[in-house]
Amino acid sequence: MSQVIHHEDHYDAEGSKIGMWLFIFTELLLFGGLFLIYSVYRYRNQDAFHLAAEELDRTIGTINTVILLISSMTIAMSTTALQKGQKKITLLLMVTTVVLGIVFLVNKYFEWGLKFEHGIFPGSEHMKTTMSQGEILFFGLYFVMTGLHALHIIIGLILILVAYVRITNGTVHANRPSLLENAGLYWHLVDLIWIFLFPLFYLIH
Amino acid sequence: MENEKHHIVPYRTYVFILIALLACTFISVGITTIELGELTVTGALLLASIKSFLVLTYFMHLKYDKPYIKIMVAFVFVLFVAVIVITFFDYLFR
Repeated sequence: MSQVIHHEDHYDAEGSKIGMWLFIFTELLLFGGLFLIYSVYRYRNQDAFHLAAEELDRTIGTINTVILLISSMTIAMSTTALQKGQKKITLLLMVTTVVLGIVFLVNKYFEWGLKFEHGIFPGSEHMKTTMSQGEILFFGLYFVMTGLHALHIIIGLILILVAYVRITNGTVHANRPSLLENAGLYWHLVDLIWIFLFPLFYLIH
Repeated sequence: MENEKHHIVPYRTYVFILIALLACTFISVGITTIELGELTVTGALLLASIKSFLVLTYFMHLKYDKPYIKIMVAFVFVLFVAVIVITFFDYLFR
């Protein structure tokens, strides 16, 4: 009889960790494909990529990098706090992460907005008439890759919020932290991708 | 339940890693402002690799995970590098 109850309450920390990692592998290869496209196009249009990269604001890029790195630390710390049984600190660190993630998105919104004002957006007439093929490719990749990354930020935020609710109602706690750990892993994946996006788009001129 | 005790990473480890990551970020911003030609790309990518190693090892707990998870992660990165290398062999020697 107790077996039935246990069955319903099945919890496998290692299993869910492997599942999360396998999913992360698919995400890495998804972005890996885009990085591959980027490197080939860059190799074939070096001058145009140099020119186009000048358009990007490296200050805002650096600020966003710092924000994302700090948020990665706070979500990593939240697992430590949960394992130590410090529920309040856990929730506080998670809220900090979410706020930092939203700040990142707001920065991105203004950054994209500025590009749109300058007539730089996919399919714009301004780009077709004034830019070379290589520059158009650069901005195409810029919008697709940072856009897909921003989408991942939004998904990561939702995951963290779900974990937040589950911690508040007590279904995620020190003895079964998997959901928080996996939300954290996903958030670090987002950070990991940004670590490569940032130098490739903003820094290398 | 054979729930082996989780390794609890102290807060200060994460603070150290964050400082290292921020240092790498500012170094890469610094070296890309000065004109080093081809070295700029190499330098920036090298620093990004160091950063991703730190994130994977400490933030993503790989240091405390079982070896088979580390091997799987390493395999994915090796696979990616192999694809890049093979693609460029094609473009360089076409």
